[in-house]
Amino acid sequence: MNVFAPIGRAVLMFLAEVGALARFTERALRACFVPPFYLRHIGGQMLRIGYFSLPVVGLTAFFTGGVLALQIYIGGSRFNAEGFVANIVAIGITRELGPVIAGLMVAGRVSAAIAAEIGTMRVTEQIDALVTLSTNPFKYLVAPRIIAAVICMPLLVLVADIIGIFGGFIVGTQSLGFNPLVYIGNTVDFIEAEDVTSGLIKSAAFGFIIALMGCYAGYRSRGGAQGVGRATTNAVVASSILILAANYMMTSLLFAS
Amino acid sequence: MADTPKIELRNVHKHFGPKVVLDGVDLTVQRGHSMVVIGGSGTGKSVMLKCILGLLHPNSGSIKVDGQEVTGISEREREKVLKKFGMLFQSSALFDSLPVWENVAFALIQGENMPRTKAKDIAMATLAKVGLGPEVGLLNPAELSGGMQKRVGLARAIAHDPDIVFFDEPTTGLDPIMADVINELIVDTVKDMGATALSITHDMASARKIADHMAMIHKGKIIWNGTAAEVDTCGNPYVDQFVNGRAEGPIQMEVLKA
Repeated sequence: MNVFAPIGRAVLMFLAEVGALARFTERALRACFVPPFYLRHIGGQMLRIGYFSLPVVGLTAFFTGGVLALQIYIGGSRFNAEGFVANIVAIGITRELGPVIAGLMVAGRVSAAIAAEIGTMRVTEQIDALVTLSTNPFKYLVAPRIIAAVICMPLLVLVADIIGIFGGFIVGTQSLGFNPLVYIGNTVDFIEAEDVTSGLIKSAAFGFIIALMGCYAGYRSRGGAQGVGRATTNAVVASSILILAANYMMTSLLFAS
Repeated sequence: MADTPKIELRNVHKHFGPKVVLDGVDLTVQRGHSMVVIGGSGTGKSVMLKCILGLLHPNSGSIKVDGQEVTGISEREREKVLKKFGMLFQSSALFDSLPVWENVAFALIQGENMPRTKAKDIAMATLAKVGLGPEVGLLNPAELSGGMQKRVGLARAIAHDPDIVFFDEPTTGLDPIMADVINELIVDTVKDMGATALSITHDMASARKIADHMAMIHKGKIIWNGTAAEVDTCGNPYVDQFVNGRAEGPIQMEVLKA
């Protein structure tokens, strides 16, 4: 019995999966940059990915900002840093929590929906039908979703930043006793453009990951309802992990000065 | 000098990992003929169609359409070749997010950049050809019965007047009356258009009705080829067993006997 065979098999399967994803990404990117562009589809996807994600993103941002204010206050009081709540909430939300929490919430919502829709099309042969009707499924299905997600995520994160800071403001002024004008003053004084822009750049990358993994999982589904169910789960798990990994890599490579 | 065959497969092999599906398929379909490929489930009929269309890539062998080799061609070349084809899928594969008329007009709007109003007129006319009124054109595919979905699928396949039409199990899942309606439609539309038809089915009644020529596929190879009239008298024991629907015979299906 060869003890190394299962290990080898697992490694080979992983590499094959990475290769398949790389080829899919190449075709998807080419479809995004080469005409024709289905503008109506891009618009429709922006509505579904962007506008309909606002409630989820707004709510999570509000509570995240609020709890961050509480925790900074409690932790900071150990070394006399309670006064820094406003500054740290602002920096923490714009640089990190805004993009990442919004990214994960949208990944759960949007990536699953995309995988389910494209997965169902795949198992009912609708994607094959597209090909026989002179339509490139990457241009018709994948590119509009990727373009819409890359445009909408920064806008969603901008909203998340504002609402998150507002959440911190409410907790700071109502529960922690900060003076509202001082709180806002601290927020504005210590936040820098780079904080916000680095968050927005990361969020565009997250949007790309969310749409790409949703489309990839859906495109590769096989085997009926169970296959589509597996695809939606894979899409969410893969997007979430890739978002967190990409978050670290982008932050350390691009923004650590 | 012989006419160039419309579709020609030579020694086509396709396997998925260790599983061999097509094991050297040779098939020729002449222009204007209606060829039906019969065979049991899982013998590679659908895979063969998908290899011709480029939805799957054969591992080896040659596939020619109008004398032009289509294995291994670029995506742009492939898009050009596919404009000659129309296909009716086994599950109809209608796009649920679009109304029926937009489904039928899809190849016209996407492939030929036809303006939507003109495409809509042609779509409605094509729906009439398959016996569906204009009010059906405004419904969504989910609101249609199986037979109506099949007819819409047929309309969508022929709306852009293709040279070649593929039918993947066109009568599967339909009641006997609707199956005959579909058979009649296939015969009429293919004849009207002068198109070349390639169908796969295991419904012998349907095969007899729509075929000029038949071929039988078994274990990934074409084991018999001939005119539709010859299928009952060819003397090939595999064909005999299949055509007469007998459980006993040279074809052993994977069945666990008690």
